[in-house]
Amino acid sequence: MSDQELKVQHKQEVQHRGETTKPEKYFIPAVDIYESDADVTVIAEMPGVAATGVDVTLEDDVLTIRGRKEGEELSHARVLLQEYETGSYQRRFTVAETIDQNNIKASMNNGMLKVVLPKAAPAKPRKIEVKVE
Amino acid sequence: MAIIRFGDWPELRNPWAEFERLRQGLDRLSGGYRAGEAPFGRATVFPALNVYEDQDTVTVKAELPGVDAKDLTISLEGDTLTIKGKREAKQEEEKLSYHRREIESGSFSRAVNLPIKVDPEKVTARLTNGILTITMEKAAEVRPRQVNVITE
Repeated sequence: MSDQELKVQHKQEVQHRGETTKPEKYFIPAVDIYESDADVTVIAEMPGVAATGVDVTLEDDVLTIRGRKEGEELSHARVLLQEYETGSYQRRFTVAETIDQNNIKASMNNGMLKVVLPKAAPAKPRKIEVKVE
Repeated sequence: MAIIRFGDWPELRNPWAEFERLRQGLDRLSGGYRAGEAPFGRATVFPALNVYEDQDTVTVKAELPGVDAKDLTISLEGDTLTIKGKREAKQEEEKLSYHRREIESGSFSRAVNLPIKVDPEKVTARLTNGILTITMEKAAEVRPRQVNVITE
């Protein structure tokens, strides 16, 4: 355990996302990415996103994680202090490894998304013999 | 004669550097006056808080992803609400190589002065999807009381 004190990380908005039809804000979630022999794991901070609001896709080596924030309506509430903004999250990564697409697992716990991308077994090199006729 | 390095003259390197600096300054200025938005403060102590007020309640919200409810301590002393806690570091496993490390672990403690008197007996705290919501009922003496008008 560390005695380090946590610092405030201000949210950064996603740039160059194209226009959306809804006036929504998209933020870049902070991530940890680590790799073991068997898989690549991505952990992303997405507070306020329920398991049903998560969308993970892997297309052409591009991993997209998206989290839609559940609408929380504080009707008639007056804002006294606002230090953080709320919105949805999105981030894209290019995955260098070959990933077994059918076995990607994603779970959500306490606002932390965990995506496990198992590495595909390395394709066996096929040797092509050239016959001399 | 003073010797000035070539690179110290931005206008020699990039004649538009000064204009760029001006433009950025203006952008910053205009960003500070977004009409119709709530007062936006910059937190310097973790966690950043949002505070709302209702007719009967005061709600404090904080984003605490990855923090367990058992690691949180919330106390109310007079008008001061204190949120303490820690985020545990993940177990360091062998043979893991990190590519990115942006999520920090550590402890935090934040005290905030509530602008309204609350009833210390009626405080509830919930942690859902990494968002802590503390709801406090206002003290009876500061609650708006409706006055009925009697016609005679």
